[in-house]
Amino acid sequence: MPDPDAPLRPVQGRPGLFLARDSYRQRRLRDAARMLPVLGVVIWLVPLLWQRDSEGFGGMAAAVVFVFVGWTVLILLTALIAQRLTTDGEAAVDSDTAP
Amino acid sequence: MSFNQLIIVALCYVAFLFLVAFAAERRAARGQGGWLRLPIVYTLSLSIYCTAWTFYGAVGYAARSGLEFVTIYLGPTLVMVGWWWIVRRLVRIGRTQRITSIADLISARFGKSTTLGVIVTLMAIVAATPYIALQLQSVTLSFQVFARAGGQDWGGAEINRAAIWIAIGLATFTVLFGTRNLDANERHHGVVIAIAVEAVVKLVALLAVGIFVVWGLSDGPVAMLAEIEASPIADWTQSGSRWAGLIFLSAAAFLCLPRMFQVLVVENADERHLQTASWAFPLYLMLMSLFVIPIAVVGLRIMPNGANPDLFVLTLPLSQGHQGLAMLSFLGGFSSATSMVIVATIALSTMVSNHIVLPLWMRSGAAPGAMMSGDVRHVVVLARRLSIGGVLALGYLYFRLSGGGTALAAIGLVSFSGVVQVLPAMLGGIFWRGGTRTGAILGLTTGFVIWVWCLFLPSFGTDAIIPTGVILNGPFGWSWLRPEALFGITGVDPVLHGLFWSLLVNTGLFFIGSVLSFPTPLERLQGAQFVNIFDNTAEGPAWARSVATAEDLLIMSQRIVGAGQAQAFFTRAALRQGKVDGLPDVTQAFVASLERELSGSVGAATAHAMIGQLTQGAAVTVDDLIALADETAQILEYSNRLEAKSAEQDRTARALREANAKLMALSVQKDAFLSQIRHELRTPMTSIRSFSDILRGGDMDPADTTRMAGIINTEALRLTRLLDDLLDLSVLENGQVTLHMQAGRLSGLLDRAIDAAGAADLRILRDPSLEGAWLETDLDRLCQVFINLIANAAKYCDAPVPELRISASLIEGRTTVDFTDNGHGIAPPDRAVIFEKFSRLGDSSRAGGAGLGLAICREIMQRLGGDVAYLADRGGVCFRVTLPQAAGIAAKDVATVVAR
Repeated sequence: MPDPDAPLRPVQGRPGLFLARDSYRQRRLRDAARMLPVLGVVIWLVPLLWQRDSEGFGGMAAAVVFVFVGWTVLILLTALIAQRLTTDGEAAVDSDTAP
Repeated sequence: MSFNQLIIVALCYVAFLFLVAFAAERRAARGQGGWLRLPIVYTLSLSIYCTAWTFYGAVGYAARSGLEFVTIYLGPTLVMVGWWWIVRRLVRIGRTQRITSIADLISARFGKSTTLGVIVTLMAIVAATPYIALQLQSVTLSFQVFARAGGQDWGGAEINRAAIWIAIGLATFTVLFGTRNLDANERHHGVVIAIAVEAVVKLVALLAVGIFVVWGLSDGPVAMLAEIEASPIADWTQSGSRWAGLIFLSAAAFLCLPRMFQVLVVENADERHLQTASWAFPLYLMLMSLFVIPIAVVGLRIMPNGANPDLFVLTLPLSQGHQGLAMLSFLGGFSSATSMVIVATIALSTMVSNHIVLPLWMRSGAAPGAMMSGDVRHVVVLARRLSIGGVLALGYLYFRLSGGGTALAAIGLVSFSGVVQVLPAMLGGIFWRGGTRTGAILGLTTGFVIWVWCLFLPSFGTDAIIPTGVILNGPFGWSWLRPEALFGITGVDPVLHGLFWSLLVNTGLFFIGSVLSFPTPLERLQGAQFVNIFDNTAEGPAWARSVATAEDLLIMSQRIVGAGQAQAFFTRAALRQGKVDGLPDVTQAFVASLERELSGSVGAATAHAMIGQLTQGAAVTVDDLIALADETAQILEYSNRLEAKSAEQDRTARALREANAKLMALSVQKDAFLSQIRHELRTPMTSIRSFSDILRGGDMDPADTTRMAGIINTEALRLTRLLDDLLDLSVLENGQVTLHMQAGRLSGLLDRAIDAAGAADLRILRDPSLEGAWLETDLDRLCQVFINLIANAAKYCDAPVPELRISASLIEGRTTVDFTDNGHGIAPPDRAVIFEKFSRLGDSSRAGGAGLGLAICREIMQRLGGDVAYLADRGGVCFRVTLPQAAGIAAKDVATVVAR
């Protein structure tokens, strides 16, 4: 697809289509950070579903393992996202999500 | 190991904590405590969430209800994992607004309200007291375990004595390190570092016991899982609503507990620490709960029936003869209890001194002004120390009254449900600008009352406070008020029941109260600042018309935050204002920042009131509002004026565009006119010039000469006539014509015109009886019009026997004269142009005119105040001349006179 801005900028050394690639990534990281508790809720409501269904699999040990494995996954994801987030960069205000 | 050894170890541990705290305070005072502000220290300080309830109670909880204990840790995990939503906002608000406690947050948000501060403080004390009692109980129980192992059997007296000593020890530590500096924002480095050490101790202790259980008393993880499956715990079935409800409850309590607010928000040194804590604290929680189920399972297997599962962590290693491990476990439990009690009492004492003691003190003794009476700083410190003692005394009292019999976990949940009553006001306050003080007071008090009735009072046990009859049948026999079945809804888990109703009514009333009430200006300002905390960190509400001098303010500040700190603040402010020495000017910005500084010590409401006393004015007076409104009105008016101006300019521009278009059209017309003129003038000139050339050459017979001279003469006449017409028209169009008013009869005028037109071929039909009208106008001009019309008919009538009927009549009081011939009339498209200049229909040679006749007629008639128009559908060509009105009426009068 032809870029409507193309005639305005020099052809050589053309930057990517996204000029603010980093701040865009930051905003999506923030979205991901917001979604983490939702993921946690989903993970920890699952044992409720299966415990009622089957006697064979949904035993106590399986529930314990599931809850703790889910916990670990959530912690790892949070660590991964939190390390990449920049909090002090209020200059990079959410231009596309701000009210 | 003897009991005395245990006492010695415990004392050594306490001494070690004191030393650590002292060292941290000294390093921080010297400015060397960079490592005190590490994110890991912040994370570890959050671990006060894991109290003795976690350390001992979780195992007991698991032994009774299986995996459900984990909900207490899943809730806070969700909150920390979702830090970007709420915790980040709370921390930012806490830092920018210098919030000292959760009561201060609610009070500051809703217009720095003292009432709300008092309500939240009282609620927090009532909810926290059982929890503190719980910690005392757990520590005394653990002492009792060792005493029993050492061969002593403790009775009530020994237990009480131990509890008293523990309470006194905790009070001493808290007073020493918790009231060191008054400014809550200055952070209690000693306390925080001691808590961090204790956090490590309790984690290590619990992990050690867990590892001992899994690898020492069982055969590793796989065998452990099999054992879990085989244990009585596996029979447990989880209620879904309780599971979800407890996750919510623990998440909410994590945010609302005063002690959690203290470490999470108030003691936060750097917002970026949240980044680490967001995953490290959930990790801590997970490690704390990892071995709870194995310990419970193994404990149920090994320990004799009837052994208290709440103490498995301690009794399990002890029963296996592992004294060292048991000692470590004891220290872990001791750490859990003490760190919680220390932080909780600091938080509560801050709230009590800032929101209850100081307002009371200001109202009573300090009426003339804060600077006149005693040392505020002294009062605040004393109030804090006394409230620390008071809170611990209350905890001890509860411990004595409740008898220490109930299961630990049950009290914990009741206490949690009490503190989460703050949640609607808190979340509503930081996310919704519409929340008002009235709504918050309504919601908080009602939720609290329901909690007391449904959960708190029954928690003392049946017949302790509420008689069994009331629990079964409701007070006064009102069954819909039964504490465990409000509105007759039975069969719900009591904790969920109480939580559901209290929070539902609380949130509902908060919302309804907020929607129906109207906030004060200060509330609205604070609401905007809290909700839009990330948009801009604008200054707080400005103090208007300050009458206080900088000296007054300095004296007052010194009494609150101490001389050094106050002077440093004033010097900084002066430097910011560009003054090298001396005191800063009392500007609005300065007073606002001073208020924020002071609110870090004594809370927003008190600081506001103190500054208010000195500056002798509310933050926002009616005058200010009026001035503000005036300003707004001015701006509005200005903008209206601008709008009007712009509309006017629009109109002008449109008029100009229209004028321009008209000019363009006129210019086109002028060009057309000029080219017509050139053509009209050139044609006769050309024939005159060529025939005169021929005549000059001579040598022609006389007949030709005569003919040519005739042509020249005709063309010259035509030219003259054209020029006359043009002149006539231009004079008429410019309005320079002068009218010569005469009087005469219409019939006479028509006779004159017919004679002058000289239309011999045209048969003229008239009805003289209708032509009696008397005219008083420029008769010569009118005659000219008539001549023109008659001549036109003579020229253009295409009938074989041309006829022209001239008939006068009276239409709507005006005399009209119709000139109708018997020709074919004018085609409709041409009718529009016949009155235009140079418009000639058909063959121009036959007409022999320039096409100015009708244009001149119309000009003349309009000058005279009448009109000439073409009438369609009259058989032939019909022109109607409407005579001037005045002339018409006059003619009628004259006609009647003549008729007589």
